[in-house]
Amino acid sequence: MTFLKLLIRNRLAAAGAVVMALVLLLALITPILPLPDPDVTNTSNRFVKPFSEGHLLGTDHLGRDLLARLMYGTRLSLAVGIAAAIFAAIFGAAIGIIAGYFGGKTDNIIMRGVDMLMAFPYILLALAIVAALGPGLTNALIAVAAVNIPFFARNIRGVTVGIAHKEFVDAAKLAGEGHLRIILTEILPNVIPVIVIAMSTTIGWMILETAGLSFLGLGSQPPQADLGSMLGEARSALITNPHTSIVPGVMILIIVMAINLLGDGVRDALDPRLRSGALTRPRPSTAVARTSEIPKPRETGTMVLTDLETQFHVGQRVYKAVSKVSLHVEPGECLGVIGESGSGKSVTALSIMGLVASPPGVITGGSARYDETELIGAPYEKLRRYRGDKVAYIFQDPLATLHPLYTVGDQLCEAIRVHHKVSKKEAWQRAVALLKQVRIPNAEGRAKVYPHEMSGGMRQRVGIAMALANDPDVIIADEPTTALDVTVQAQILALLNDLRKERGLSIIFITHDFGVVAQLCDRVAVMYAGRIVETGPTQAVLDDAAHPYTRRLIACVPELGEGRRELHAIPGLPPAVDKLPAGCAFAPRCDKADALCQVGTIELEGNGTRAVRCIFPETKLSEDVA
Amino acid sequence: MSTALKLENLSKTFEVGKRMFRPPKAMVHAVRPITLEVEKGETLGIVGESGCGKSTLARMLVGLLDPTEGVIEIDGAALDNADPSEFGKKIQYVFQDPISSLNPRKSIKQVMEAPLKHLHGMDKVTRDARIREIFASVNLREEFLERYPHEFSGGQAQRIGIARALAADASTLILDEPVSALDVSVQAQVLNLLEKLKSDLGLTYLFISHDLAVVEAISTRVAVLYFGTLVELAQAEDIFRAPKHPYTKLLASSAPVVGRPLTNPEGKATDLPDPLNPPKGCAFAARCPKATDICRQSPPPLAVPTGEAGAHQVACYHPLEEGEQIFG
Repeated sequence: MTFLKLLIRNRLAAAGAVVMALVLLLALITPILPLPDPDVTNTSNRFVKPFSEGHLLGTDHLGRDLLARLMYGTRLSLAVGIAAAIFAAIFGAAIGIIAGYFGGKTDNIIMRGVDMLMAFPYILLALAIVAALGPGLTNALIAVAAVNIPFFARNIRGVTVGIAHKEFVDAAKLAGEGHLRIILTEILPNVIPVIVIAMSTTIGWMILETAGLSFLGLGSQPPQADLGSMLGEARSALITNPHTSIVPGVMILIIVMAINLLGDGVRDALDPRLRSGALTRPRPSTAVARTSEIPKPRETGTMVLTDLETQFHVGQRVYKAVSKVSLHVEPGECLGVIGESGSGKSVTALSIMGLVASPPGVITGGSARYDETELIGAPYEKLRRYRGDKVAYIFQDPLATLHPLYTVGDQLCEAIRVHHKVSKKEAWQRAVALLKQVRIPNAEGRAKVYPHEMSGGMRQRVGIAMALANDPDVIIADEPTTALDVTVQAQILALLNDLRKERGLSIIFITHDFGVVAQLCDRVAVMYAGRIVETGPTQAVLDDAAHPYTRRLIACVPELGEGRRELHAIPGLPPAVDKLPAGCAFAPRCDKADALCQVGTIELEGNGTRAVRCIFPETKLSEDVA
Repeated sequence: MSTALKLENLSKTFEVGKRMFRPPKAMVHAVRPITLEVEKGETLGIVGESGCGKSTLARMLVGLLDPTEGVIEIDGAALDNADPSEFGKKIQYVFQDPISSLNPRKSIKQVMEAPLKHLHGMDKVTRDARIREIFASVNLREEFLERYPHEFSGGQAQRIGIARALAADASTLILDEPVSALDVSVQAQVLNLLEKLKSDLGLTYLFISHDLAVVEAISTRVAVLYFGTLVELAQAEDIFRAPKHPYTKLLASSAPVVGRPLTNPEGKATDLPDPLNPPKGCAFAARCPKATDICRQSPPPLAVPTGEAGAHQVACYHPLEEGEQIFG
């Protein structure tokens, strides 16, 4: 089981688990151990020192055996602490789920009540509850549980609000499920990990609180021993006979430490965000582990990629996201890279500047040359100087790439001042000028607003302005218009096209949309399963695609103005890049494939400007086609 | 032909900035009164950009959102969303994001069983037989039933979503951007499947999408929404070929088409009107080259232009002639 494996990998948590298991085991078998009765007093034998005959840990002020009292006391404290945690978790989770699921007024009333509980210092609240119910271990348990309910209620409510608005809850409503059933079968299973996490981190705290109440004489009543009451009774002899305090004190320390270490481990192992590697700090640039020499560039241009290979190493699996990709782009040229999700187009783009997260990403070979400088394996400082200055990126979702707490003008200024020593005022002027260049109306005013105050199209213009901030030579645009509406997309594409003509920019444009490629790009490279399967001038490829995949993909795209019709589809799915077949990756979905297609490596071959990776191309590539 | 779905003056207004004792700071009209009929066996496409109210409309139709005003009739009876197990049998919903519409902690079998159990009260034997039947019709293998949602690709998950909607045995399906999260090669598979199911089972579709070409390919009629208002309604083969509303024209000429040079039809950056401060007249007036004073005074009603026959309705004081160019 992955959970246990993850937990044990965390050494501290494993140590906590071992100690806790030991303590629990001892507490469970206490009644069958050969211990004297913990409650029998023998005043002639008061304050016997530890390690003496018959009393391993000595005796207390009434001559009772400390070891026996410690064992029974631990048993009781653990039972009360765990029971309180379970009660608090059940009631708190129930309150939180109801508030979060129903929302509105219900939520408001419940949560204000919870807030009121939280407003009291916990010990005062616990004291008040015990004062009302009377002293006793059961009442102390109730008090500790009640004091901790708000903590659970708040946590669980937050998680539930997120889940209650998920589409699967709507789907359950439409499937005729009632509220109770939705809460029990749709919400609860998704909340349980959070409840477990919250419990694992609070159990130690609750044991301490119970001990605290017993210490004050409000919990367990004499002669019954628990860790808190033992401490309380030993208090008067703290100076003269410190061992009576140290024994229960050390036990509390051991238990709470062990539980907290274990709880942290449980949380880290269960939390999906931490499990996906959020805690492993990614390196500032992608790891490079070459398996071959740096290849010589075969083309010229501002940016030349040669045989680039990027892989993801996850455990034993190797995902070949990018396999031997060669691309080049000239000044003022727009190169389209087209492919479906998982084809490796974005990873190719991110590899150039070492932006693929490592781990798990590794560049295993190839070269990316910008203006005679090798970027793959370049030192981080050098890459950092180039990032944004010479080679800039535009990403798909501008809301995710802009910082929500700074105005767009400030962010543009920062981008400028990272690379150029200019005054704040001058940077601001340049920022406003940039916003004008990307045709944002009222640029002076818009520079002072926050990203969330802008529409998607305006935000993407800011994203473009940011990319232009340092006058780069190459812009890598990763699906910059996919999240936008068509009328806005038309505006953005026209803008990019103008900018490239005005400034002689090289653009590498990554997209899945043939319509966009046709309108903007001079040349196109089609990717499938991490490889380029076809490349050539856009018009030639679109008019007369040579690779069966390109041809069939173009046929899948419905075109406006053709009326109602059946669409062409490609049967099957793209292969997983950790299990690529030999030969052509498209062969299993291709109707022209035969045995030859499924052996060896099929090279990208062509004439002049066009090339195709297929032994049975749909069209002959002759010099005149190119 | 009889009517499968009828909306009368259906509208939704959201309160913004709720306060405890005073009226809310502002009202946002997400959907302005819409009157619309969908025939049995028809696919009505609904097109619009983000923020036009198409998802709000869809959620009202399936009872996930209460309309502020207006009536929804399904098969001649008013929609009563008090009892989810009743309206679930009449109308179902296919979600945009196939993965997040499946509970990550439920097996596909549990997902499929829910509507059969709660809407139709079937026993186990009948349920298993029905699931097999549905899975066969959407080309899914039965071994998938024991798996969990994260094990599926987008296209497979969307088939499961469609299968779940079919399990309710409703005759009308609301498809809310069902293919926009899918790759083109898979998108075509799902669209063709939807078309086949419709003719095999006699379903009625309301197909919501921002992709004009997809809507045109699958719909009988198309409705165009702008800023919560229905601005044009016509046969699918006419609406983008010969649009009458300037906004439809703008949409059609903005869509990237292979073989058409890159243009920015409007020639400048534009934004939607501010929903907190909506224009008095036609919402498109500020972007429209044909707008006159009347357009800014009061919103135009949806109607067949005077002097024209047919059913091509448009909400515009100055509808376009066929072939008239106003952008670019």
